[in-house]
Amino acid sequence: MLTVKKVTKIFNPRTVNEKVALHDVSLTLKKGDFVTLIGGNGSGKSTLLNCIAGVYQADQGSIIINGTDVTRLCEYKRAALLGRVFQDPMMGTASDMGIEENLALAMRRGQRRSLRWGITNKEREYYKELLKKLGLGLENRLNDKVGLLSGGQRQALTLLMAIVKKPKLLLLDEHAAALDPRTAKMVMELTDIIIQENNLTTLMVTHNMRDAIKHGNRLVMMYEGQIILDIKYEEKQKLTVEDLLERFESISGEEFTEDRALLSKGD
Amino acid sequence: MLHILMAAVSLGLLWAIITMGVYITYRILSIADLTVEGSIVTGAAIAAVLITRGINPYAAIGFAFVGGMGAGLITGLLHTRLKIPALLSGILTMIALYSINLHIMGRANISLLKVDTAYTVFENMGLNTTTSVIVVGIIFVSCLIGILYWFFGTEIGSAIRATGNNPQMARAQGINTDTTIILGLMISNGLVATGGALIAQSQRFADIQMGIGSIVIGLASVIIGEVLFGKRNFASRLVSLVLGAIVYRIIIAIVLKLGMPANDLKLFTAITVAIALSLPVFSSYLATLKKSMKRNR
Repeated sequence: MLTVKKVTKIFNPRTVNEKVALHDVSLTLKKGDFVTLIGGNGSGKSTLLNCIAGVYQADQGSIIINGTDVTRLCEYKRAALLGRVFQDPMMGTASDMGIEENLALAMRRGQRRSLRWGITNKEREYYKELLKKLGLGLENRLNDKVGLLSGGQRQALTLLMAIVKKPKLLLLDEHAAALDPRTAKMVMELTDIIIQENNLTTLMVTHNMRDAIKHGNRLVMMYEGQIILDIKYEEKQKLTVEDLLERFESISGEEFTEDRALLSKGD
Repeated sequence: MLHILMAAVSLGLLWAIITMGVYITYRILSIADLTVEGSIVTGAAIAAVLITRGINPYAAIGFAFVGGMGAGLITGLLHTRLKIPALLSGILTMIALYSINLHIMGRANISLLKVDTAYTVFENMGLNTTTSVIVVGIIFVSCLIGILYWFFGTEIGSAIRATGNNPQMARAQGINTDTTIILGLMISNGLVATGGALIAQSQRFADIQMGIGSIVIGLASVIIGEVLFGKRNFASRLVSLVLGAIVYRIIIAIVLKLGMPANDLKLFTAITVAIALSLPVFSSYLATLKKSMKRNR
């Protein structure tokens, strides 16, 4: 479903600030894989996600989504294949537009936009049903501006927008990190349900070791622009935080000192 | 006094079209587009040249609209394809248009005293000039409100609104934000040029200098409309733009009547807009002040 082949990304090349963010990274996701991608600050996990989404163009290597080589496609063209949720709850929605308008924008992802009316009555009914499933009471607020919603509500809506067109690949960029613990838990539970129901291939970046272990069927860890661990299926089911820390230390030769990850080791 | 008021309303109606253009860039796309200062003259110049050559005034307004769209296209390309900041792109087009407008007109101004204008039809029906302008203004403004309301409700219009609101999100939803920005700038400047064409015909001349300060007048009208008539839904916002433009003209008429020298008009407008734009700062300052006073009590 997703093939990343030997991708390299260098920021500020040939300057004193040169930074190799990704070095020869290769990763393949099978259909239905739910991969959690973990790593410290500057490990390259967000850069990898952004290279797949087209925010950055890879310097070398290729990226193939569902058989389409997207390496040279710009961000908005790749959007047809992708669903994305960002860390910042403000980023995934248009705050001055209504809930239904935001969903209608997402519903037309990958289609040619025309002078037809931007939202139909039939769609409204469909959106109401979808929103009802979230259990947040948003189904009665179709016309409310998204700016009026809380961070958790916005992330839930963004998640819905990401999957409303059945993406080939769902990209989640620490989408629960900016929320308070209770809301984060709600959003993560919702994420699991939506991914299972729709059998979505997913790549989820997270700082939280517990989340990385608890969710998904595969765990990938990055360190200094490279993938250093790829724990799959049965093996992952048995994985604990202690195992993960131990394996990280033996491979990288240093302690896992990322503050946020350590803090979020527990709950 | 009634006559002055009527004249203010008639001018306000024509400026309402320019205000709609400014609203599209300033509020919908979140860009302060200075192209306006040039495209208003482009519209006036195209209309004046065509009308003096015997072309139907309404057809001339159509060509003015297209010319304005061309100006918006240039600014849009500078900004999106060449990555020049929006403000600077607008300034570059504005300066370039000064020369282009002179080329279109062939000289610094063109008189329209002896030709038929868009208002002649109504003058021939027995209406005086001011009333004719008001009638034509109302027709244009109401048609444009309808068209804009429809357009920004369509898929393309929604995409433009999303782009101005959150470009990152727009791209994630498959919207080509370069295209939507260019389109928005084209429509905006097309409207501005239309307004320029109608204003030139009402004052019966086109002048190379007539665009100076137009962006500030447009902004003033947008803000006055918002402050006085609220911003509930899109339809009422469009109406508030028209009312804002008319109120601005009435205010100007009153201060002139009260004896302010005409030379100080631009200064007055700039100060008004500066105050209006800084209102949020003052109100948040007042809110903090109130809070701290409560705490001290």
